Amino acid sequence: MQRFLRTILTIVKRELKGYFESPVAYVFIFIFLALSGYFAFQFGEFYIRRQANLDSFFKYLPWLFIFLIPAVTMRLWAEERRTGTIELIMTLPVTLTETILGKFLASWLFMGLALALTAPLIFTVTYLGDPDLGALFAAYFGGFLMAGAYLSIGLMTSALTRNQVIAFIVSAVICLFLVLIGMDEVMAALSGLAPLWLIRLIAGFSFMTHFGSIYRGVIDLRDVVYFLSVIFLMLFLNGIILQNRKAA
Amino acid sequence: MIEAKHLTKIFGRKTAVDDISFTVGKGEILGVLGPNAAGKSTTMRMITGFLVPTSGTALVGGHDVLESSLAARQKIGYLPENAPTYPDMTVNGFLDFIAEIRGFRGQNKKQQVIRTLERCNLLEVRFQAIHTLSKGFKQRVCFAQSILHDPEYLIMDEPTDGLDPNQKHEVRDMIRTMAQNKTIILSTHNLEEVDTICTRVLIIAQGRIVADETPAALKTRSGLHGAICFTLPKIGEGVWLKETEEIPGVDRAAIVSEGPEFVTIRAFPKKSDERLTEKIIRHFMVKGKPVEKIYIEEGRLDEVFRMITTQSL
Repeated sequence: MQRFLRTILTIVKRELKGYFESPVAYVFIFIFLALSGYFAFQFGEFYIRRQANLDSFFKYLPWLFIFLIPAVTMRLWAEERRTGTIELIMTLPVTLTETILGKFLASWLFMGLALALTAPLIFTVTYLGDPDLGALFAAYFGGFLMAGAYLSIGLMTSALTRNQVIAFIVSAVICLFLVLIGMDEVMAALSGLAPLWLIRLIAGFSFMTHFGSIYRGVIDLRDVVYFLSVIFLMLFLNGIILQNRKAA
Repeated sequence: MIEAKHLTKIFGRKTAVDDISFTVGKGEILGVLGPNAAGKSTTMRMITGFLVPTSGTALVGGHDVLESSLAARQKIGYLPENAPTYPDMTVNGFLDFIAEIRGFRGQNKKQQVIRTLERCNLLEVRFQAIHTLSKGFKQRVCFAQSILHDPEYLIMDEPTDGLDPNQKHEVRDMIRTMAQNKTIILSTHNLEEVDTICTRVLIIAQGRIVADETPAALKTRSGLHGAICFTLPKIGEGVWLKETEEIPGVDRAAIVSEGPEFVTIRAFPKKSDERLTEKIIRHFMVKGKPVEKIYIEEGRLDEVFRMITTQSL
């Protein structure tokens, strides 16, 4: 167990270093923060609504993630395959589980950092008014969980190809799908085509459905379990993909 | 000891490795030769656990690479083809990472990294990002990675590929000095390398082993093996070939090269154990044409290689 954790920690450290040793991390964080600010205040009509909360930031967070998170994850496996380092990592005394968990946790920590850096938004709204800090915390927690789900999807698709562009597009499309199926507008459009229970069922798999309630301040265990299940499933698939490639 | 047991790998419809078995013991340096796409890399990848064999398995130090893969991988040092490394990391950072993965911690880790940097002549570039280094240095960084934990089993896929002659020499020296207490498998296209460092040669063609012997034994398969090559001054007129063929014991002769003053001839003996060298020297001495240079051909690996690998097609 101790060896397991130490190995994962070693991989997490290397991965995180990898983010910050290339310009990717800085560009990403800059764009993420700039867009967050834009969505929170300008696009979300913060000044018109005259409410001291971050609802619009969280409302657009799933959309922001759709094209930003695949940009983080697209290189994770694809790059290792392109440069051949995958042969190195797979022949070191490290299990596949350790490698996958290490890569995933590093990317999750990185997104956690990016989210944490939006803290000035919190300071701003507390300065301007009196927001419900509990609800804000819940929303951040939900955002972090949801980021994990996006990352796990991106990591999985990155294992499918050595081409980063393909990895990006495939994971963005999967994430877009999981966002769209939970949108009220999409559900309404589908209502004539399929029975209501089916639409509900499909919507039950959407990020929107589960993130929606968390960012309004309700942390429901079912939503937490949903995101964790997506993460688990995707990491598991990731393992199967890599294992298959070894045996192919 | 490394034992390959009936290793077979089939990619789709192509059989890349077809029932390969061999054993390499401590102190041996096994050179794996073969044309491109013969299955050298695939074989190594199965032994190191990167690929799962379609059938068969390998034992490394008694550990089955399929059943106790982790234990086997702990004992192996592996230099993959093209020496992959993480380009954005520094040399030091990269080796630090490998050392940690290999279970070294604290002071122990530091020592191990420094020692490896010294051994591979990397101290001067240790804080440089790997992508800023020349190809030779990159190769050495990956080489360093493979020997950091002083492994019992060292598997290297084209360790000197892309190096300049001096660097090749260095790497070969390193391999040779390490060989005494290790089991080494290396693949190469360089026949000279096999001749200078390998104790045994495995030739693979189309996924099968077509030869498994010492470099010296392999060379005796050469058509040139035992032939006598000698250089004569061109004094007066001479029908060099005819004269050579008249010497008893000579089967046939051929001119290797002819200059304005000298001619070099290769004589093939009827039976290789005859004392033909002496006879040739005496024969030409009597005719007033002292032999300038003379030597017995050991045989050429490149010729044997070509013969063996094209025969099997």
